[in-house]
Amino acid sequence: MIEVRGLTKRYGDKLAVDNLTFAVEPGKVTGFLGPNGAGKSTTMRLILGLDRPTSGEAMVHGKQYQALGYPMREMGALLEAKAVHGGRSAYNHLLCLAQTNDIPKRRVDEVLGLVGLTEVAKKRSKGFSLGMSQRLGIAAALLGDPQVLMFDEPVNGLDPEGIRWIRNLMQALAAEGRTVFVSSHLMSEMENTAQDIIVIGRGKLIAQTTIDKFIAENSTGTVKVRTPQAEALAKAVAAAGGSATTSGADALVIQGLSTDQVGDVAFDTGIRLHELSQTRASLEQAFMELTADSVEYHATVQGSGQTAVPAGGRHAAGHAAPDGPPPQITNAPPPPQDTESTSEHAGRTS
Amino acid sequence: MTAVTTDQSHLSTLPPAQGRANLLGTLRSEITKIRSVRSTYWTMIVLFVVTVGISALITWLTASHWDQASLSQRATFQPARNSLIGLYFGQFVIVVLGALTFTAEYSTGMIRTSLTAMPRRGVFYLAKALVFAVAALIIGEVASFVAFFLGQALLNTAPEHISTTLGAPHVLRAVVGGGLFIVACGLLAFGIGSLVRHTAAAISITIGVLFVVPIIVNFLPTSWSNDIMRWLPSEGGTAIWNTAQQAHEWPAWGEFSVLLGYTAAVLIAGYILFRRRDA
Repeated sequence: MIEVRGLTKRYGDKLAVDNLTFAVEPGKVTGFLGPNGAGKSTTMRLILGLDRPTSGEAMVHGKQYQALGYPMREMGALLEAKAVHGGRSAYNHLLCLAQTNDIPKRRVDEVLGLVGLTEVAKKRSKGFSLGMSQRLGIAAALLGDPQVLMFDEPVNGLDPEGIRWIRNLMQALAAEGRTVFVSSHLMSEMENTAQDIIVIGRGKLIAQTTIDKFIAENSTGTVKVRTPQAEALAKAVAAAGGSATTSGADALVIQGLSTDQVGDVAFDTGIRLHELSQTRASLEQAFMELTADSVEYHATVQGSGQTAVPAGGRHAAGHAAPDGPPPQITNAPPPPQDTESTSEHAGRTS
Repeated sequence: MTAVTTDQSHLSTLPPAQGRANLLGTLRSEITKIRSVRSTYWTMIVLFVVTVGISALITWLTASHWDQASLSQRATFQPARNSLIGLYFGQFVIVVLGALTFTAEYSTGMIRTSLTAMPRRGVFYLAKALVFAVAALIIGEVASFVAFFLGQALLNTAPEHISTTLGAPHVLRAVVGGGLFIVACGLLAFGIGSLVRHTAAAISITIGVLFVVPIIVNFLPTSWSNDIMRWLPSEGGTAIWNTAQQAHEWPAWGEFSVLLGYTAAVLIAGYILFRRRDA
């Protein structure tokens, strides 16, 4: 259980987190969504007590993080994968963390096995790939067998197998009754993983809801119809209060009417239907619509493969201008970790 | 990479812990940290080689040129000091390790992981400083004693008897103090590191304070420089391994307390900032 009340963080004249209030419940995966620079990482740092809130408070199990008896046994966190001393072996990295929280040595070997790093346990972590570093960070988070887990962009830089592994892990942890709080700037990642989502933009809470409700409330569902009498159906739909646009020779996309209503209209007017289906708006689309106004830096160069990077090298890939073509976010390569952290830093200080 | 699984059933359950994470566990953690990176061993080896090597070189030169020494040189000769001169250079090596011990947490990003494991910052800061101080004390005393004994052996090759023993007045204080001087310099760098949180800045500031400031003061008129010199942290070291008090110095332990005072002030300031600042 994580509770955040009126949490606010100001860096200079920039409000990074603006009066956030939300609760993360145990037993499910809660996605923490927002564009880059929305304040997700800052919120997580405030929850961990790494940064001091300007006002408000963040509680884990009803206590501030600093007041937890053995913090790693109650809450595990993965912030940046590279928050390790590269000259230290994976084993010694985990060992020094375990010792602080009176966690036995054999648990270090166990979590190394769990994340698949046993073979490189004695190797210095500076030679690790980003994926291996992520696994090491997850091993650290699981070290204390905590009831609350928090991951900041955990699938960054992972291959498809690694992404599937993390999804399964998060769902398994939630199924055991743990609180799992995971941030991402990619909606598509959350669609199959999270049950609840918290959406922020420019440090402000935009929504806290379930995935299904979020889509239903924030996007207009459409009905797809194929019919040999497209023109006639379009008129009938208009008469019934909907609007239809043609898409191809015999297909219509209808807004403003449900599938039931469209079927009834067709029946009443004697129009033959070959297909009648609901097109569910994707989470990605709902998110883009909702946060269009709160994306801090829009990419200004479209389709050149080169995104404009204003204000201190912020990583702007994946942010399209609101009226631009929808970007292929799901296919975009994950940004390199160092760019990511630089952008977070820029977000804090600019 | 081996096949991965989400099956946690093979994991043993953690034995429940009573109480809360404390200084003891954090000390063990910091011991693991300092012994698990190569830079620790490298700096310690370099410190030893530099300190003992330069002391050996100086004492050997002194012994082999003793017949050419002037009367005043003979009158003011301090065999203990002569054999500990390498510590003057060893201090710069411990400055590097002292600064790195703190600033590497920031340059690597490890600080955020460390403070997640031990969010009570006072405990973390104390454990880190203590473990470093003990490591510096061990290498400092070893280097100081080896330099002394090797230096006296080399002074024995002189045509006259000019060497000394630990039993002679003030000699034991000078040799033990030599090791303590290494600790104090290292902690000064550690404290400056916790103020600036940047490796290169911490090292240059500390070396500036210990090495450059006394050179500048030396160029002032003698009546001024003597008054100022005794208040400089660098004098704490040279005074502690002198067996005869110099005109511009307080007595040995008094002068050493000047260095300790600066070190304590910097450590306390660093601690206060460390408690307040965002990590």
